Amino acid sequence: MRIIIIGAGKVGYFLAENLCKQNHVTIIDRNMNALRKAEENLDVLCIKGSGVSTSVLLEAGIKQANLLIAVTSTDEVNMVCCLTGKKLGAAQTIAAQELSLLKEELDLDMVVNPEQAAADEIARSMNFSTAMNVESFAKGRVRLVEIKITKDMALAGMKLNDIPSRFSSQILIGVIVRGEDIIIPDGEKVIEEDDSIYVIGKSSNIYSFCKLVGKSPVKLKNVMIMGGGRIAIYLANLLMEMDIKVKILEIDKEKCIELSEMLPESLIINGDGSDEELLQSENISNMDAFIAMTGIDEENIMSALIAKQNGAKKVIAKISRLNYVNVAQNLGIDSVISPKLITSNQILTYVSRNNVETLHRIIEGKAEIIEFIVERNSKIINTKLKNLKLPKDVIIATIVRKSEIVIPHGDDTIKEGDRVIIIAKNKNITELNDIISNNRGKA
Amino acid sequence: MNLRLVFKSIGLLLICEAIALIPSLIVSLIYKEQNALVFFDTIGILLSFAVPLCMISIKNKNMYARDGYAIVALGWIFMSLFGALPFYFSGAIPSFIDAFFETSSGFTTTGASILTNIEVLPRGILFWRSFTHWIGGMGVIVLTLAILPSLGARGIQMMKAESPGLNPGKLVPKVGETAKILYGIYIVITIVEIFLLRLAGMPLFDAFIHTFGTVGTGGFSSMNASVGAYNSVIIEIIITVFMFLSGANFALYYYMIKGNLRAPFKDSEFKFYFGIIAVSVLLITLDINANIFNNIWESLRYSSFQVVSIVTTTGYVSTDFEKWSMFSKIIIFILMFIGGCAGSTGGAMKNIRILLLFKIMKRELLQIIHPRAVYSVRLGKKAVDERTLSEVLGFFFMYIIVFIAGVLIISLDNMDWGTTISSVAATLGNIGPGFGIVGAVGNYSSLSDISKVALSLIMIVGRLEIYPILLISLPSFWKRVSI
Repeated sequence: MRIIIIGAGKVGYFLAENLCKQNHVTIIDRNMNALRKAEENLDVLCIKGSGVSTSVLLEAGIKQANLLIAVTSTDEVNMVCCLTGKKLGAAQTIAAQELSLLKEELDLDMVVNPEQAAADEIARSMNFSTAMNVESFAKGRVRLVEIKITKDMALAGMKLNDIPSRFSSQILIGVIVRGEDIIIPDGEKVIEEDDSIYVIGKSSNIYSFCKLVGKSPVKLKNVMIMGGGRIAIYLANLLMEMDIKVKILEIDKEKCIELSEMLPESLIINGDGSDEELLQSENISNMDAFIAMTGIDEENIMSALIAKQNGAKKVIAKISRLNYVNVAQNLGIDSVISPKLITSNQILTYVSRNNVETLHRIIEGKAEIIEFIVERNSKIINTKLKNLKLPKDVIIATIVRKSEIVIPHGDDTIKEGDRVIIIAKNKNITELNDIISNNRGKA
Repeated sequence: MNLRLVFKSIGLLLICEAIALIPSLIVSLIYKEQNALVFFDTIGILLSFAVPLCMISIKNKNMYARDGYAIVALGWIFMSLFGALPFYFSGAIPSFIDAFFETSSGFTTTGASILTNIEVLPRGILFWRSFTHWIGGMGVIVLTLAILPSLGARGIQMMKAESPGLNPGKLVPKVGETAKILYGIYIVITIVEIFLLRLAGMPLFDAFIHTFGTVGTGGFSSMNASVGAYNSVIIEIIITVFMFLSGANFALYYYMIKGNLRAPFKDSEFKFYFGIIAVSVLLITLDINANIFNNIWESLRYSSFQVVSIVTTTGYVSTDFEKWSMFSKIIIFILMFIGGCAGSTGGAMKNIRILLLFKIMKRELLQIIHPRAVYSVRLGKKAVDERTLSEVLGFFFMYIIVFIAGVLIISLDNMDWGTTISSVAATLGNIGPGFGIVGAVGNYSSLSDISKVALSLIMIVGRLEIYPILLISLPSFWKRVSI
């Protein structure tokens, strides 16, 4: 596929990095330094110029392009790029912007709203207090959560085979991250302290599992948000619907007034969230969660740590630079949200969707969790799973059949129309048949 | 420095060299020559070195610019060393230093020879000698990228270090595809020339040899008197045209295939290249018309062949230009520094750099008249960024420094002015023949071993455009922690 990406920022770079192996990617940006970085590290063609300009788009081969993705920082630019691209002959266009209502009017194929998506994700993770990350599959019926194992958890030192008898048999531990290593585990593996585990299963089962393994399962009541940007507004509205009280700290007076007009039910405080005294006087220790989402990563990390120190039960930080994510998690921040990563994942899912329903890349893309719908002519239908020769490091995690959600065992079979969720390490699976025919290569 | 990755990649290059020896082996077998065995031996030796290198497991897959430079610089030196083996084993060139000189000269498309009597050599050896031109012309790395796509994104670092010219760009998003397109165009040009030379009456074997020498802008011939031996106007015209084509940017041909037929006429470098050739041909024709040749067509015939041969850094000779007047000889000498276009198979400084240097000079002068003015240097319609301009200035200085250092080493041989200076200019620019002892009818055999080794390295320095070889001779380049 020929793909043109406009904007070589974090999202653009991440997309190019993930798309350039299978596709012909051209990146357009006005910033020479951003382009140079992309050119040196990725197998892509870089063109300097504005994505709005017709001649630049023509030079990038817009007429032959299958897909145009506009991910600059300005909504208006993204919109104009997509419109120009469409007129010039790009087959499909994707824009990252807030005005998703205009999608049909402007004839765009996909519109992603990073702020809205980030707010959704944070709101979702609020339900699972012990989880660091929550992803959903099969329209929310199946969830995947990431749990960091600490010393006082009962899970530490337990064999995977023993888990069903102790907790619940309706979940599956799909991935264990131990230091730099990613393990697709079998039953004999033992969970150790400091591991991160990815657990998948039916939403309600995951919820109770989280409750069981966690130290103090709490229903969140009070949340403090630092930074009153667009995500904060989306999030405050979502949390209000969930009956959670929201307190927003914002340093800019003007913005505070604006926020108080828009969010009458929230408490808006004008002050600096990294100021320990202010946090204490706003009784941070009674907060169930503290969410730092100013525009500056470093400030978010520091404030989250200060809040944690002062007794906030769960701290979440918004981080744009992907390479900070691991550091932040190691520092003890419970959950890290990266709007850019969410946006990129949405776009990647769209790009690779011949029958991929959902695609999540975890741990810097080293492992993928993919949801497929099984077609009639699929080669794996009606074979017992134990007879399918799956390659190493690929597991079938969940099968969703109408109202039923199955954590599969060797005797289960896959039927037409099922949704199948697969966890794979270091592979590029674009089709369900790949998992059996892909026995060549590294497998 | 990621040494494991560097050596593994060099292993891949050596495997490609082993593959490149196969055509010569076949030629040797076709002519039923005794010494076909030397190719078997060389392939065996290459594989016994290359296969273990390829087996190295790499922990860290990241490749940075410096690794790319190290691979290219060491890769070219190793290739020249191993490529010398067939000459040495077969006894065609008894001294290993001479064989190394001849091979570097081949791979770098210089065409400088230490052989005094070429016509007695076995056919297989002759074929290998010229085939090195063909591979070296477009580049070994580019060839590796085209055959082994596994190098992927890392390849661009190496391709940048190997390809001539400023910021060698990709034609299509993927490095591997770009390499395939370039070789595709290259192969088509090669086949067409072989066909035309055959039509013009050249024997098939000679047609191959001269085509390799032309499209790679190398200059090895199978005749002692080079192209002059055929004394045929048609052959000279064909070779002139193909030398000219090979000295231009191959990207232009890609744009022409893509439908933009006017691409060359819009390219400022191509116009400059054409202009330089036209002016030089005109000046030399007028100069030699009365003195050497009696007839204007005769003068035009020899001057155009010689100018194109030198400016594209091919180095074929159709007449002994040593006998020409000083004015013509100095023009030829100046052309040795200019060379072909960026993205061509030619060597030397490249037209685009010279063009930019002139523009920088103009800007510096204008800046004195209007001290506060802001001038941007333009190529066509696009402004050139300042970093590129300073790279051009830096490159020019380094080229001159290497040239002076080379002249200093060669001067130890105590030869005349013309020989000493032109031998370095002709090897650094990958041209081949110079003046005096190393002139049109002479060769490099009488130089001392020190000079031969120095010139061999200078050829590689020139082909890789200075940076890679200078870099690997810098101690801090190799330090794990360099501060």
